[in-house]
Amino acid sequence: MSVRRLAKEQPASFTFSEATLEKARWWIAKYPPGRQQSAVIPILWLVQKQEGWVSEPALRAIAELLSMPVIRVLEVATFYTMFQLEPVGTTALIQVCGTTPCMLRGAGELMKVCKDKIGPKNHPSADGKFSWEEVECLGACCNAPMAQINDYYYEDLTAESLAKIIDDFAAGEAPKPGSYAGRHSSEPAGGAQTLTDPALYDGSAGKPIKSLPNAPKPEEAPAG
Amino acid sequence: MPIAKVNGVEVEFEPGMTVLQVAELAGEEIPRFCYHERLSIAGNCRMCLVEVKPGPPKPQASCALPAADKQEIFTNTPMVKKAREGVMEFLLINHPLDCPICDQGGECDLQDQAMGYGRDDSRYAENKRAVEEKFMGPLIKTVMTRCIQCTRCVRFITEVAGQSEIGLISRGEDVEITTYLEQAVTSELSGNVIDLCPVGALTSKPYAFNARPWELKKTESVDVMDALGSAIRIDARGAEVMRVLPRINDEVNEEWISDKTRYACDGLMRQRLDRPYVREDGKLRPASWAEALSAVAAKIKATAPDRIGVVAGDLQDAESMKAALDLFSGLGVKSLDCRQDGARIGEGPRESWLFNTTVMGLDEADALLLIGTNPRLEAAVLNARIRKNWLGRDLKVGLIGERAELTYDYDYLGAGPASLAELIKAKKGFAAVLREAKKPAIIIGAGALARDDGAAVLALAAQAAKTFGVVAEGWNGFNVLHGAASRVGGLDLGFIPKDGGLDAKAMTAKGAVDLLVLLGADELDLSATDAFVVYLGTHGDAGAHRADVILPGAAYTEKDGLYVNTEGRVQMGERAVFPKGEAREDWAILRALSERVGTKLPYDTLGQLRAKLFEDHPTFGQIDHAPGSTPAALDLAAVGAGGEVSDTAFASPVKDFYFTNPIARASVTMADCSASLAAARASRIAAE
Repeated sequence: MSVRRLAKEQPASFTFSEATLEKARWWIAKYPPGRQQSAVIPILWLVQKQEGWVSEPALRAIAELLSMPVIRVLEVATFYTMFQLEPVGTTALIQVCGTTPCMLRGAGELMKVCKDKIGPKNHPSADGKFSWEEVECLGACCNAPMAQINDYYYEDLTAESLAKIIDDFAAGEAPKPGSYAGRHSSEPAGGAQTLTDPALYDGSAGKPIKSLPNAPKPEEAPAG
Repeated sequence: MPIAKVNGVEVEFEPGMTVLQVAELAGEEIPRFCYHERLSIAGNCRMCLVEVKPGPPKPQASCALPAADKQEIFTNTPMVKKAREGVMEFLLINHPLDCPICDQGGECDLQDQAMGYGRDDSRYAENKRAVEEKFMGPLIKTVMTRCIQCTRCVRFITEVAGQSEIGLISRGEDVEITTYLEQAVTSELSGNVIDLCPVGALTSKPYAFNARPWELKKTESVDVMDALGSAIRIDARGAEVMRVLPRINDEVNEEWISDKTRYACDGLMRQRLDRPYVREDGKLRPASWAEALSAVAAKIKATAPDRIGVVAGDLQDAESMKAALDLFSGLGVKSLDCRQDGARIGEGPRESWLFNTTVMGLDEADALLLIGTNPRLEAAVLNARIRKNWLGRDLKVGLIGERAELTYDYDYLGAGPASLAELIKAKKGFAAVLREAKKPAIIIGAGALARDDGAAVLALAAQAAKTFGVVAEGWNGFNVLHGAASRVGGLDLGFIPKDGGLDAKAMTAKGAVDLLVLLGADELDLSATDAFVVYLGTHGDAGAHRADVILPGAAYTEKDGLYVNTEGRVQMGERAVFPKGEAREDWAILRALSERVGTKLPYDTLGQLRAKLFEDHPTFGQIDHAPGSTPAALDLAAVGAGGEVSDTAFASPVKDFYFTNPIARASVTMADCSASLAAARASRIAAE
């Protein structure tokens, strides 16, 4: 992580889209009147969803929407690294996990692919369609190495599969998220190793119970 | 009351106190950076670690830990010593070793506490972090690498000043204190963050590299920039006032002062009148004291008393007004006025021109009606106090007058006297709030009184006070907020026109008087008068420009003087430096003049003058005492005068906060502030 600053070049203005505003109001309504600023994080997310990143005019618009000082919005936006303060690729933002398990399983290879195909990290590609960054652990270590592309996890990646995914995005397709090693979710490679006995699943192992655990004892039960 | 043991000594404490407070009660010193009595608790510097039993076997941050009955607190165990050394070592990891070039040096909490509680060496061999400088306006100089992220500045600006302009952005090692997009801080109280900063990250820009604290002579005095009379400490080196700092006075300013109080002191070195001048052939030429005084004395002798007018300015001390009053009343002059703003006040009981709740008493009010005043500009520190009450006790505020950007929410009730009359008749809305309040208060600003129908407005306000039960047994919520430090002193002396004498405005009309004596009065429009003008004052401002004779006087830092603040609290200002050049203390000039006029004033020293003052006006003898709610309830019927009330909207007398008196107008820093604020406003309008 490094010092987070607002982008040098900022759009002249920002307007909430109808859909964003509707969702924002839904979030604001969750909090008691006068506490609307509690919705600042969800609304920053919504703005990022709408624009791809959070611009300076957007910070001001959010502050106004929530009647809070704009410095407070800036504090939140700079605190969380998930809020993008610089423009990102319009087609795909690739967030490669670089933390230990992924690193050991070849995250470096993935970053090299990104660097070759897109360019230096934290900068959009020449056509503005792609950008990539290294992020801290995304919590999918059992499927390392992995990357988050836009909203989905792409797991068990290799240099080849990631290159293919980027090419597919460039071609306008939507590659399927999930494991690229052919396994289901995070089950062991080559299929399940334990809990394979079919009897576990046919109900024969179950025994009827006499009472519910933690149920009040009969003498403690309220009278009547 | 619960009892705790601090290092084995039993201490009784009030429920709700923190461990840190209890330890202090027992006389133990707890080092701290982020904790401050008047701010919310952050608990992020970790310097105040102590050992507490019963509790987990680890050091605890005492500032954020509530003390409990039968608790044992240890502040001198090996664990505490080690914890403090550890915290200090972490704080110093990224703190630069630039004390020799740091303005905080010598009065730095980090420096002192590193000496007291730190290790003797560093084990840190890595690079230190560096942080980019931040612009915070013309008053606050930043060296952000020195910041230890205590967030006192953020909490002060948000909680006390109510502006939310400073924030802590990013996180972890990268956190930075900044304003939004490095805009200038616009709060009138911004200078206080410099005092709050425990290190040299925020220092005073105008004072940068000017002096070291141990070179300065410290004089405890009273501020004259507004009518609040904040407690200040004047730091001077040689003949120059280097800076002004607040002193703690819970009854008036707690420990804050406004930026004008703090920074207008550079105006004391500019535009000064340091020798007498006499006008010859339309041009002022330097003259000797003998020459100037003779010229004035001759003019006084040659002029009939009813053709002489005397106006006392906003920064006058009580002694000089007393000397002027004795001299000119003795001659039979009736046109005397201390209200150069034209306020129609000063007749009737003393309580009718005082801030009767007192500043501290205002903390008890539960509903407040502001009439024709913008406390943020007229008394910025008082405004912070109202905000504190509003935040902590949900004070209800109503405002009649200019729509102002105050630091608390208020009900806007209208612009002029008609709205006040309506409010008196109303049954619902804010009128109901005032009626139901247990301790309602009214603050009438100078702007509401400085108009032709001022006395009638005052009477109307008194009527409102009566209607809403503002004056009751043991509670007097009828407050006048003056705009000038000298005003209450002048009114207490009776420095107002008598027996058909002219008031300040009438005196300046063409042909009204033949001799006009101005005691530091610079807010008058002197374009019409054709009188011979004598100006006794400190600065080459409006009065001196029009003057025919200039008698150089002493500024508030250059004389011992009594000032009566808006509460009626008599406070003693002390001399920090000597008057400039040939200038003399005002009372001494008047005393010398009296000798030449032939009616020698009966005092040769300031002590004798004060004795006479206390004898003639006993209220002046009660130093530091504010009358507050006296048992003899104020007779509201005697306040103000009847008459037609026009429907002109109330206007605040303060058009530019940074330019309200000759000292501030001479100050370069104040000019910078004014320009910076104007630029900030312009950019905000452009953004909208």
